Amino acid sequence: MANLKIVSVTKTFGDIEALKDLNLEIHDGEFFVLLGPTGAGKTTTLRIVSGLEKMDSGQIFLDDEDVSDWVPATRDVAFVFQFYTLYPNLNVRQNLEFPLKSPIRNTPQDQIDKKVAEVAKTLHIEHLLERETVNLSGGEMQRVGIGRAIVRTPKAFLMDEPLSNLDAKLREEMRSELSRLQKQLGQTFFYVTHDQTEAMTMADRIGVLNEGVLLQIGSPDEIYHRPTSTFVARFVGSPRMNLLKVHWKNDVLASPGEEMVFEITDAQREMLRKYDKPEFIIGMRPEDISVHDERREHNCFEAEIYFKQSMGAEDILNLRFGKLVVQATVPPTHGTTVGQKICGYFDIDHAHFFDVDTELRIE
Amino acid sequence: MVKKFGDFTAVKELDLTIHDGEFLVLLGPSGCGKTTTLRCISGLEIPTSGSIILDGVDVTDRRASQRDIAFVFQLYALYPHLTAYKNIAFPLKAQHVPKEEMDKEVDRVVKMLRIEHILDRKPKHLSGGDMQRVALGRALVRHPKVFLLDEPIGTLDAAFREEMRTELKALHVDINATSVYVTHDQEEAMSMGDRIAVMNAGVLQQIGEPHEVYANPVNLFVARFIGSPGMNLLACKPETGENGQLGLRMRGNNELLELPGTLQQLLKEKVERDHSLVLGVRPEDTTVHTAEQEHSLAAEVYVTEKMGSYHIVDLSYGEEIVRARTSAYVDMEIGQNVRMSFDMGRVRFFDSESGQSIMN
Repeated sequence: MANLKIVSVTKTFGDIEALKDLNLEIHDGEFFVLLGPTGAGKTTTLRIVSGLEKMDSGQIFLDDEDVSDWVPATRDVAFVFQFYTLYPNLNVRQNLEFPLKSPIRNTPQDQIDKKVAEVAKTLHIEHLLERETVNLSGGEMQRVGIGRAIVRTPKAFLMDEPLSNLDAKLREEMRSELSRLQKQLGQTFFYVTHDQTEAMTMADRIGVLNEGVLLQIGSPDEIYHRPTSTFVARFVGSPRMNLLKVHWKNDVLASPGEEMVFEITDAQREMLRKYDKPEFIIGMRPEDISVHDERREHNCFEAEIYFKQSMGAEDILNLRFGKLVVQATVPPTHGTTVGQKICGYFDIDHAHFFDVDTELRIE
Repeated sequence: MVKKFGDFTAVKELDLTIHDGEFLVLLGPSGCGKTTTLRCISGLEIPTSGSIILDGVDVTDRRASQRDIAFVFQLYALYPHLTAYKNIAFPLKAQHVPKEEMDKEVDRVVKMLRIEHILDRKPKHLSGGDMQRVALGRALVRHPKVFLLDEPIGTLDAAFREEMRTELKALHVDINATSVYVTHDQEEAMSMGDRIAVMNAGVLQQIGEPHEVYANPVNLFVARFIGSPGMNLLACKPETGENGQLGLRMRGNNELLELPGTLQQLLKEKVERDHSLVLGVRPEDTTVHTAEQEHSLAAEVYVTEKMGSYHIVDLSYGEEIVRARTSAYVDMEIGQNVRMSFDMGRVRFFDSESGQSIMN
């Protein structure tokens, strides 16, 4: 177990700056998820931490020791690329023993036996130990894959989109399984993914990375409820946050075609007045918009149901306010018909505001 | 329709009607026969027996090129040396459509897809989303009778997939073209389909509107497959309690769960005594209580998953995990002892042997 520090790391590939002065501190025993789209620099970061990739400049500290110049094998981190990578010619027990039998470690057999038994118990795979890996189900293979990573006690686990190749159901299961496992083990997990659901559900903290720049670090709650930029606001949350351009109209904020005129709170007005700008971006999460048959007094605007997406536990309504389309999540409403006229109510207390030019949060 | 590959039957006795203007999703795990079905519709595969009827005409023996169908395998498949405009115009050019008419058609689809500004660019200078739109444009430009789409957005990043999902659905609402869409992702199916056809092991399990399939799965396979997370499934047996009322002996921790009169009646009619059942309940119909609660079962908090606007609390119940959807304000400790209860108006029962629903 260890903390992990990434200090001023830069990395270029030819003309491309993959990482621009990255600074990150991952606490001992933390489940940290680095989240970002393809090409953000997530995997490069992980590879630099493991020693598989050399950085251009910067330092990596593991357990407060500068390991920047250490070769991968001596860094004592476990890299989990994908849980499916088992040795097909070995049975489950042999697969689990493999990392302990490394010549560098030279672990005595009785300790290996003890450790394998322990891991098999944690992962509920005791009954599979003598089985050939080809005879395992997808979920069982995953467990063995995880088992192979946790059988030794490295300083940190590095995980590169380990769930991305699984089908949706198994991914769901493995998410809660991994989350629980990390809490049980109390070890440091550094996990990268492009999937915001994985990040939200498993992380103690999330770092959002885009184009080699760390945009925000925080707990899932902080990232969701206080995104510091429109990028983070749109990247985290499903369906995405609605973003609308608005301008001052006396004391209220209006959309370009004045389809919506938001009566903001006094506190919001005071905050926005400090910014000497004619325009803002207002952000509303889909769950902060509701629909009503009759018009309410404030922040309720006429809309037409463009189409509905039934998600089971909730419906996503795509609402048309003049030219603008906004998504709202509502309890399942089987009766709602396309083209129906309704009123969309915006819970303005939950609005987010962003600068039109910098796209950064205003508060 | 039946389709065999050697000894292997990929699709077993499939009967399916897709309505004019409908967006039908074929949903199932890999190997369920969904892509084979799509390829038979397109003419790329020939059914072993049965027929494909398009607009009242039997096209079973027609070649793919004679069926007037647009097949979108993966939206990314563009010609790299051609501009966006030429990529979109390609199918018309191949049919020797006059230039003037071609320009008109291309203009129509680029307006629909809002890609007027990228027409001069070659694929390598396009963003992922714009490549998708160009590939769609190429399918749309021909006015085919049917669009067939085979996991077109499966390989994209999650955030982008959601955006394309909504965009494709919007496009369908705008043009109402008959579409058959294949995916293994139930969220895609739910969010886009007018109807969903769930397949498993070559057999059509259920077809219906998303909310029907979700609320009333015909069997355990569909119950598990649809929903994120899927339906909670708990083994139980009807048993008459000391009060003379019919309840459920739950295998998870051997408690007796009381039932409302309507469900007692249903079970009396449909099930023989001592018959093993599976109770199915959706996570949003499962409630977690931190205090004593009537008609509830003991469980332990396994882990909590934060989803932003809500939480999923995983409860450990006997050998099983039961998932409850709670508000985002609920905070639970791992290992905490709780009670869980179900919205009995919305639970479903399945025969544990056949896996079939007993509700219909």
